Amino acid sequence: MENIHLDKHISQQFDTDLEGLKSQVLQMGGIVEQQILDSVKAIESGDSQLAERVIQIEDDVDLREVALDENCTTVLVRRQPAASDLRMVLTVIKMTRDLERIGDEAQKIAKMAISLTESGAAPSGYEEVRHMGALVQQMVNSALDAFARFDADKALDVAKQDKKVDREYKSAMREIVTYMMEDPRSITRSMNIIWALRSLERIGDHARNLSEHIIYLVRGLDVRHDSIKEIEKKLHR
Amino acid sequence: MKETSAAEKSANIKQDSDINQDIQNVQTVGTPFSDSAKMTMRNVDVFYGDKQAIHDVSLDIGKNEVVAMIGPSGCGKSTFLRCLNRMNDTIESCKITGELKLEDRDIYHPKQDVVPLRARVGMVFQKPNPFPKSIYDNVAYGPKVHGLASRKSELDEIVEHSLKRAGLWGEVKDRLSSPGTGLSGGQQQRLCIARTIAVSPEVILMDEPCSALDPIATARIEELIAELSQNFTIAIVTHSMQQAARVSHRTAYFHMGKLVEVNATQRVFTNPEHALTEAYITGRFG
Repeated sequence: MENIHLDKHISQQFDTDLEGLKSQVLQMGGIVEQQILDSVKAIESGDSQLAERVIQIEDDVDLREVALDENCTTVLVRRQPAASDLRMVLTVIKMTRDLERIGDEAQKIAKMAISLTESGAAPSGYEEVRHMGALVQQMVNSALDAFARFDADKALDVAKQDKKVDREYKSAMREIVTYMMEDPRSITRSMNIIWALRSLERIGDHARNLSEHIIYLVRGLDVRHDSIKEIEKKLHR
Repeated sequence: MKETSAAEKSANIKQDSDINQDIQNVQTVGTPFSDSAKMTMRNVDVFYGDKQAIHDVSLDIGKNEVVAMIGPSGCGKSTFLRCLNRMNDTIESCKITGELKLEDRDIYHPKQDVVPLRARVGMVFQKPNPFPKSIYDNVAYGPKVHGLASRKSELDEIVEHSLKRAGLWGEVKDRLSSPGTGLSGGQQQRLCIARTIAVSPEVILMDEPCSALDPIATARIEELIAELSQNFTIAIVTHSMQQAARVSHRTAYFHMGKLVEVNATQRVFTNPEHALTEAYITGRFG
């Protein structure tokens, strides 16, 4: 089934329930995306106030996760959804989990930003954080867009980006380790950057998970443990 | 609540009428055939007078398989089921063409006697219909008619065995001479299943067997279907999609006399192949 519609049920309330789940996920996604942007900015600019805000917003994200789970449970109990409706509810449950984890990672990055303002700036790695931050934020943004449009091909593009993030992460690590060897006094500060990069890399993984959930929703295909080539083959068969 | 504009609604209605016009061109998708077919149906058409109720349906029912038939009211699923043991013979205006076989035997062969056919292909109906006889006689009637027991002790054995298989023995063993009609609805339906299996059929047809039963009695029957499928081949028509999802191996979706889709039940309820199946099981028309 290519075309996912949430409407046209005999029960209009069911349409409303599913539309509600969709917009709640998009709202939660928007907040999480902002968290990534802000946490990266906090590191770059040494803005600990901004970092504090990222940490505070995490409570809101957690509440949204719980509320979405509850709403999904209600739809399952009341409607016993099948086919694309069932996949929609399952996908929302899974996406919510990944979005919450992305929020957690952004919170960790914000904590590293605070730590860096307290211990003094690291000698290197800021450019890499900025670059990787932009990359993973774009992935999350595109994944949410693919979800909003129920677009499996767009979701595949997001999954493809994850390789790039992994490459960036490895090369950034090499660079920072070199600095640490040259100047062992910077190790503590550099470790903060490393943890931040690690979190960004994890966000990339979660964005890939989001894209896999969307492919399941739109096409009913489980591509969780497939390579990009295998996913492409399944999608275009 | 989202408001549907008049234009949107008329677009939807137009879409539905398009579906109805296009239905005659629908080709069955999925896996209608089986490698170990117990019953083989090919290009079956059924007419009631001038009106065609079934259009070119081809389907296998595999040995020891449970096939569920679902679809909106009037889609032909019950009509099709009733063809499988010639229950439509009594309707004068009913004409059936195509090939319907039980293993290698043409069940509509002019020389095929329906009585032994119905012993091989038994049927359980929507409303439990025990004979106005004792519980014992309800089950013993078939084996007596078909001469399956030569002695009373053999008959006793068949009755006990059948009631046990139907999960009713424990509840009725002390009152076998009480009238069958005195049992509860769920018990009566299990009595009818015991009566059906007493003549050792190979195939059991069930036409909405739980629609008159409460959830507990329904759960018992569904449990029974799972057990019976180890020895029997079962075709079940049901209005409850959850029931089809719970009891069957494959699910067949009928729409306006056409067999639209047959697929593994898991597939049908998570990712159906045909847009009509999707629309029906997600409650978008019906």
